[in-house]
Amino acid sequence: MPSAGLTRELIALRVARELKDGQTVNLGIGLPTLVANFLPEGMTVQMHAENGLLGYGGIVTDDAQFDQDLINAGGQPVTLTPGASFFDSATSFAMVRGGHVDVAVLGGLQVSATGDLANWALPGRGAGGIGGAMDIAAGARRLIVAMEHTTRDGEPRILEACTYPLTARACVDLIVTNLAVIEITAAGLVLREVAPGVSVDDVQNATAAALQTQDVAVMDL
Amino acid sequence: MSDKVFATPADAVADVFDGATIMFGGFASAGSPTNLILALYDKGTSDITAIANNIGLGDKLDLLCEKPQFKKLIASFAIRASAKRKSLFEALYTAGRVELEVVPQGTLAERIRAGGAGIPAFYTPTGVGTVVAEGKETRNIDGRDFLMERALTADFAFVRAYKADRLGNLVYRKASRNFNEVMATAAKITIAEVEEIVEPGELDPESIVTPAVYVDRIVQAPSHAIRWFN
Repeated sequence: MPSAGLTRELIALRVARELKDGQTVNLGIGLPTLVANFLPEGMTVQMHAENGLLGYGGIVTDDAQFDQDLINAGGQPVTLTPGASFFDSATSFAMVRGGHVDVAVLGGLQVSATGDLANWALPGRGAGGIGGAMDIAAGARRLIVAMEHTTRDGEPRILEACTYPLTARACVDLIVTNLAVIEITAAGLVLREVAPGVSVDDVQNATAAALQTQDVAVMDL
Repeated sequence: MSDKVFATPADAVADVFDGATIMFGGFASAGSPTNLILALYDKGTSDITAIANNIGLGDKLDLLCEKPQFKKLIASFAIRASAKRKSLFEALYTAGRVELEVVPQGTLAERIRAGGAGIPAFYTPTGVGTVVAEGKETRNIDGRDFLMERALTADFAFVRAYKADRLGNLVYRKASRNFNEVMATAAKITIAEVEEIVEPGELDPESIVTPAVYVDRIVQAPSHAIRWFN
């Protein structure tokens, strides 16, 4: 079941389709980082890194180019794009809380039917790694969660209510998983798209909350 | 001219006392005041309350868990859930030998900014409805809930900058400002380690990020290579 549907790369590609030219975007650690690899040709977005950098480019893989002072929030060495700027952490999060970041893409452990997000700790573990997730979830104008639809054991990650420690309440706008694209609306979870080869029933069976399924398309990848 | 320049990192931290609250700048590999941390390690100062964004991400802060020298850590990223190799801090925390207050990163930065700016507390949307809200006032302002967060100050701030002039004006290199800039404003004594010290007037006033008023001590010390990334 976990291997059904899209690969991580294809999830990232589908998320990239949500971005619009000229937006300021914050990508979380892990799967969301991959989104940068799939921006449509000719699209320019400003990548915001909460450690104090706007306008970073690719991840540096060449050791000779490594610069420990030029990293993104995942600690990865990055390049700069023309027009990039540096600032301190307080300014960086003022941008986030102040609603100046158009879209954030975060990983998720659980999302509730009302858009609560849990993504920083497992129950009883990891008391220590909030990082910037709570601020970004509370402050981004639009929040997309990119994650596997179920856990490795096949347990649903999309639930009526989260059971893991919360990152923020009612913050998620869209969920993109290996199985589906689900929008969170005032009326509940709306299944917008299924992955090729995945049925509406497959998605509902892997989801522990009711999905509205009136108008579902197959993802065009 | 009063001279803020100290000869060595050891001289610059000589009066850091047991039980002191210390802010440590840096974010993963960028802008960590490694020379000052190593001087504190050699000095053996104990019962420190440390305020830092992270620990154990290639920074030398984790070394201070050896003896250990910490009583408490206030940080946004102290433990990695998926780390193959555990940090010394994590072992200490798991053994119940150190206190940990985990703070959302933006709230941590703003609490320090507020501390340096004479603002005792503020309301933020971050953390509402989460464990972070426990024991804190929540207030509804214009239809949205906010948490009251209190300012942070310290006895000392250790920061890493690129260049200083002898008055204490600082400029930074690339993404190494991170927590250094706000921490420099929020301590009774701010100690800056820098790559190079120049004469007043040699730094372009337009480029100065930390004005000299915030900096009490300067020490020239080389950048330490830190390799850490996912």
